[in-house]
Amino acid sequence: MVEGANAHSDVSVKPKAEPLFGKKERQLIYDPLLDNNPITIQVLGICSALAVTSLVWPSIVISIAVVFVCGASSLVTSLLRDRIPKSIRLIVQLVIIATLVTIVSLTLKAVAFTAYQQLSVYIGLIITNCIVMGRLEAFAMANKPWRSLLDGIGNGLGYGAILIMVGVVRELFGKGSLFAGSPFGGLMLIGPSEDYIINTTATAGFGSMFSWYSNNNLMVLPAAAMFIIGIMIWIQRSYNPKLVDIS
Amino acid sequence: MADQSTSKQTPPAAKRSDNARVMFFTLAMTTVVALVLGLLFFGLKPIHERNQAVANKRAILSAVSSYLPTPISELDDEQVLDFFDANVEQYIVKSDGMPLDEAAAAGRLAEEVSLSEERKKPEDQRVYPFFVVDAGSEKFYICSIYGAGLWDAIWGNVALKSDLATIAGVTFDHAGETPGLGAEIKDNPKFSEQFADKRIFDYNGTYTSVLVRKGGAKDPVYEVDGISGATVTANGVSEMLNRGLAFYTPYLKRLQEENGVVPNGPVGLLIQ
Repeated sequence: MVEGANAHSDVSVKPKAEPLFGKKERQLIYDPLLDNNPITIQVLGICSALAVTSLVWPSIVISIAVVFVCGASSLVTSLLRDRIPKSIRLIVQLVIIATLVTIVSLTLKAVAFTAYQQLSVYIGLIITNCIVMGRLEAFAMANKPWRSLLDGIGNGLGYGAILIMVGVVRELFGKGSLFAGSPFGGLMLIGPSEDYIINTTATAGFGSMFSWYSNNNLMVLPAAAMFIIGIMIWIQRSYNPKLVDIS
Repeated sequence: MADQSTSKQTPPAAKRSDNARVMFFTLAMTTVVALVLGLLFFGLKPIHERNQAVANKRAILSAVSSYLPTPISELDDEQVLDFFDANVEQYIVKSDGMPLDEAAAAGRLAEEVSLSEERKKPEDQRVYPFFVVDAGSEKFYICSIYGAGLWDAIWGNVALKSDLATIAGVTFDHAGETPGLGAEIKDNPKFSEQFADKRIFDYNGTYTSVLVRKGGAKDPVYEVDGISGATVTANGVSEMLNRGLAFYTPYLKRLQEENGVVPNGPVGLLIQ
C-alpha cells in the first residue's frame, strides 16, 4: 500500500474561490473604521492629523489621497510580494509609496490647483505616514491582492474618518465656519463680522444674543488636534469593552 | 526534502545569485518608476504651467478686485486669462527707474519675473514687474514685493491709484506662516482692507511707505494696525513694503511727472 496513493490524487481540486465581499472581506473594511482604527487604536499617522485638520476641506482632500495611496500601494505590494527580495523589501515598499504619492501630487496640481497650493507640503508627508508603511509590512506582504486592496482602503477610510471629525471640531470652534476654502464655498456659521450667519458683533436681532461668544483660538493651533484625538481615544476605549486594556 | 535555505550559511553560489536577483529587481523597479513619473511629469507640464499662470494673475488682480466689474473670485480661469490679456499692460522696470528697452523686454513678460530669483542678483541688475490695470473707470498701477515672514517668504501686490501715491488695495501671500497668526495677512480680509487709501508718498512727494504698527496705528494716513500674536510677520510686512516699494520709487516719480500729478496740497491729487 503506498501511502498517499489515492485514486483521486491526480484530480486537482480547485480551491474554493474566495468571495469578493464575503464576511472576512467586509471585516477588512469595517475593522479599521472602529475596532482597529489606525489613529485611535493602532496610534499611527498622528503627525498629519495634527497639521492638516485646522480646516475640514483640506482634511477631506488628504483623506481621499491617503485612501488612494494606501489601497493602491497595498495592491501593488501584494502583487509583487513573492518577487521582492527580502533584503530590500522596506526600500521597495518606500519606493512604491513615494511613486504613488508623487502621482497624486502631480494629478492634484493639474486638476485642483488651489487645493494643491494649500496642501502641497502635506501631500508629500503622506510618504512618511506610518499607516501606509505599517499596512504594507503587516498585511500586504503576506496576503492576496484583493484582500490587501480592501485592507488598504479600509485603513485609509478609518484614518479619514478621524481626520474629518477632528477637522469639524477644530474648524467649527476655532473659526466658526465649515468647509471654508472649498470650491463650493464655506458655511460661515458664527463669527465677528457680517459674513457669518450669526454675527457676534451685531447689536440687534438674533446675533446680538451671542455677543459674548468668541472663537476659540486654541483650536487653530496643532496642539488642539492632539487634545481632541486624545479625548476620542479615551471615549472609544472606555465604551468598547473589547478595547479596554489592550496596549 | 531537506530545506537547504534554512541552513545557517548560504553557499556562495546561492549568495551570488541572491545578489544578482536583488540587483536585477532594483534596476527593473527604478526603470519602471522613472518612466512612469517622467512621462506623467512632462505630460502634465503644460497644464501645470497654465494653472500657475492663472494663479499668478488672480493674485495680481485681487489687489484691485473691488474696483473690477466682477470680483476675481467669481471669474473662472478662462475669464481671468481673457481679462488679463485685454485690460492689463505689463512693464519690466529696472532699479534706475527706467523700463527695459524694447530689445531687452522682447519676449519677457512681467508676470514671469520671479521675485525670489531677482533677489539673488546684485541690486543694480534686478528688474521688477509692473502692471497697469484698466478697470473701466480708472487705471491702477500694481507693484510686486517680496520679503521675509517669521518662518519663510512672504510676498504681495500693491495697487496704486492714478496719483501713484495712494494705495487702492493690497494682497499678501506667504509660504509657511502660522494659521491664525502670521497667515492672517492672507486669510483675513480685514488686514489687507486697512491699506486702502493709505499713502506711500507724503504730500511733499517724500517716500514714506506704510508702517504696520503693533498695538494699533497712530497715524491715519501712513500706518495700519498690526496683528496680535504675529508681530514678526507684521514687521516683515512693514519691511517688505518699505524696501520693496522703494525699488519702484524712481519709476513711480517718473510716471507721476508724465501724468502731470502734483503731489502736494491737502487733497493730494491734481491732474493738470
